[in-house]
Amino acid sequence: MIWRALLARLGISLVTLWVVSVLIFIGTNLLPGDVAQIILGQMATPENTAVLREKLGLDKHPVEQYLVWLSNVMMGDLGISKAGLGAGLGTPIVEMLGPRIDNTAMLTVLVGAIAIPISVALGLLAAMHPGTRLDRTITFSTLNIISIPDFLIATILVLVFAVSLGWLPSIVYLRGDESGWVLMKTIAMPLMTLVILSSSQIIRMTRATVLNVMSSPYVEMAILKGVPRRRIILRHALFNAIGPIVNVIALNLAWLVGGVVVVEQIFSYPGLAKLMIEAVQMRDMPLVQACAMIFCAVYVVLIFIADMATILSNPRLRHPK
Amino acid sequence: MSALLEVDNLQISARNDDDELTPIVKGVSFNVQPGEVVALIGESGSGKTTIALSSLGYTKPGLEFVGGEVRLHGEDVISMQNDRLRGLRGQRVAYLAQSAAATFNPALTIGEQVTESTVLHGLMSQEEANRRAEDLYRALELPDPDRLGKRYPHQVSGGQLQRLMAATALCGKPDLLVLDEPTTALDVTTQIEVLKSFKSVITQEGASAIYVTHDLSVVAQIADHIVVLYAGEIQEYGTADQVVTQPSHEYTRRLMYAVRPPPAAGQGEETSDEHQRKAPALEVKNLLAGYGRTQNGAPEITVLRDVNVAIERGHSVGVIGESGCGKSTLARVMAGLLPAAQGEVLLDGAALQPALQQRSRNELQKIQFVFQMADTALNPRQRIDKILGRPVEFYHGLKGEEKRRRVGELLQMVELPQEFAGRYPEELSGGQKQRINLARALAASPEVLLCDEVISALDSIVGANVIELLKRLRKQTGVSFVFISHDLSTVASFADQIVVLYAGRVVEQGPTNAVLSPPYHPYTRLLISSVPELRVGWLEETMETQEAQAGIDRVVTLTDKGCPFFDRCPRAVKGTCDEETPPVRKVTGSHSIECHLSEAEFAQ
Repeated sequence: MIWRALLARLGISLVTLWVVSVLIFIGTNLLPGDVAQIILGQMATPENTAVLREKLGLDKHPVEQYLVWLSNVMMGDLGISKAGLGAGLGTPIVEMLGPRIDNTAMLTVLVGAIAIPISVALGLLAAMHPGTRLDRTITFSTLNIISIPDFLIATILVLVFAVSLGWLPSIVYLRGDESGWVLMKTIAMPLMTLVILSSSQIIRMTRATVLNVMSSPYVEMAILKGVPRRRIILRHALFNAIGPIVNVIALNLAWLVGGVVVVEQIFSYPGLAKLMIEAVQMRDMPLVQACAMIFCAVYVVLIFIADMATILSNPRLRHPK
Repeated sequence: MSALLEVDNLQISARNDDDELTPIVKGVSFNVQPGEVVALIGESGSGKTTIALSSLGYTKPGLEFVGGEVRLHGEDVISMQNDRLRGLRGQRVAYLAQSAAATFNPALTIGEQVTESTVLHGLMSQEEANRRAEDLYRALELPDPDRLGKRYPHQVSGGQLQRLMAATALCGKPDLLVLDEPTTALDVTTQIEVLKSFKSVITQEGASAIYVTHDLSVVAQIADHIVVLYAGEIQEYGTADQVVTQPSHEYTRRLMYAVRPPPAAGQGEETSDEHQRKAPALEVKNLLAGYGRTQNGAPEITVLRDVNVAIERGHSVGVIGESGCGKSTLARVMAGLLPAAQGEVLLDGAALQPALQQRSRNELQKIQFVFQMADTALNPRQRIDKILGRPVEFYHGLKGEEKRRRVGELLQMVELPQEFAGRYPEELSGGQKQRINLARALAASPEVLLCDEVISALDSIVGANVIELLKRLRKQTGVSFVFISHDLSTVASFADQIVVLYAGRVVEQGPTNAVLSPPYHPYTRLLISSVPELRVGWLEETMETQEAQAGIDRVVTLTDKGCPFFDRCPRAVKGTCDEETPPVRKVTGSHSIECHLSEAEFAQ
């Protein structure tokens, strides 16, 4: 039963990915402007354009184009970036993506490693003492942070730490060989911004779910059995709150990979989201498609993991009658 | 002998948002002697649970102790510090809640939850506690005691969970047990088994207990002393025998009156045929219905099979059976909420479309559904005039002043004041909400009302009033009722026809008097004999009977062939009952029994 549930999830994930690939392909093809014309710019005579179109396979039927693209993607060939194609050689997208993926992954892992334990702990703390000053402070500040747009938080942090105090650089300049303290200092600003932003949601979700479980009859029963408060929260309540918490964490991690466009732009952080912006500006369709596929794949994988955690934490599914 | 627990002038109040205190318990005093069971009895709102919980030094959120003492072994528990209270709870005083299904943590194993308190308090090591738990499982006659601890709550039945709850409470050998309506949510057949094991375990362990309930017949089986409560005050306090046989207080007598007598022939309502026409108001023929995808006319899980029921105009058909027998499914098929896989639903002799969506507005209007939980059936954000006005406008096209007048009439019909039109559901009591729920169905001016367990969640006195109201409505409007309940006494006091369902089959049906007098189907006999009687000693007598020993506390299992009651029937014949579909035997008139036994055999 549980294997069937997991297999079904896996199937749904694959179907989602496929549907998204179709949508991305249609979407990028619907964008105005002919890629060949854009690349050629002023040299776009009808003859030149026709030659380049044939070279890029743009003269083929869209369905055929899609199938060629899809089979290449499956084999790990994301295509050739059209930036610079006019000059002769294009850059393989895989090579362009490599360092950007590393940067984004580093930032995501660091933010996750800092934000998840802190926010689950703060959420639990607030839920353990509902209505107290501590709880109200946590609830109030997280609500404020959620309501403020991300660029404003980034700007405020820049004003404080870079402009007034002069402790941290306001722009990230990664050479690629930094390590340890230097690295931390270089990426401190985007790191802080993202930790603050993603923590707020996790804290609020943890608090709300745990509080909800805390008002259930089985928690009252645990109180009446003389179970200490700490054990009630950690053993009785948290176990039943895992599903929603894991889901909000997964959504936040996925957002860190693809959704932090504004924050990456403000700090000039050379991550994936910024690459996608650049690709859109240059009408570099293969690159846009590749980035969009990666973002979507990350979402699908993380949500799949969260679903599995929810299913596995449910004894009804783990131990059918 | 000094008392184990002394409740002395206990006062508890509720604090509202404006910091005002409303008294809930107004100076209650009683004692519990060692080895004694004291019952607290009263309607909801009488403060019985609040008083019981005070013996653990606990109040529900929003309530607080205002005065008085609760002394356990002479020591006040109300003024105890948190650490000491933790030591008291689960160790010296243990609590058993009403709904074990909700009070067991779904994510933890049964064994961990049963032994948790004992191990945490350092009374036993985990191994000792596990052994003690296994002994208790055996004493409580739970199946598979060696492996039960490793299972999860959803893997055992409701009645078993209720007994596991008792094992949890008893594991640490407490001095005092607090039982809060422990059998109210159970079917009658399960209830007596659970009552029996509670009683024998309490005797074996020599524990004292506070037993909270609204059911006087249950109390008579188990209590030594009875405290009758109303609105936070003691009305009567005496030995069980004295309170049951010679109640001295007016309120106790009202409680006794509301206890419906055990079902017996002669109570069935005789309804007149003045509203009758040629065709029955509603009829189902050869019904087959269930859940899951339907293939070749058969659903994945078939619940109802070969069901034939006719509801004459102005009559009430009671549908009775344990949970899982298909009572609600039958009502849902009639209403069109669940389209039948095979068979017909006829309104006034004309076949209806199986699914709700395909029925005409006129047909929808004639069949109305009254749901069990008024709390969830009424939209909390709509005022009563809107809740009642919507069907009035939808079915009868009334607007403005006319609509307002009709809403007023409806309120009058269910005996509620006109001012209620401007209120929200949460401002009403449980019984009042149920009346609104009923008025909402009546607003359509239906010909058939499907009432699904409409009084199960109500206190006995409130429930009795709602039944009176239903009787009056039936007389005035000629509306027909399908009245579903697991409580045979309720059905017997209202319906003139009874349909007994078991595992989706009609095992017996006919006029109330005929069904409640011999010959019985073995299942009907089991149901009748399981209804507690208001006399001391009934429980012991009943447990001796053949029916009880074969049939109580078993799960209802759906079968494809043979008689589904086979595995619980004391008179089952192997090779026949489990293989062949039982024949429908006409007894007299419209009374029929579906059983392999012949009429001569029934007579034995």
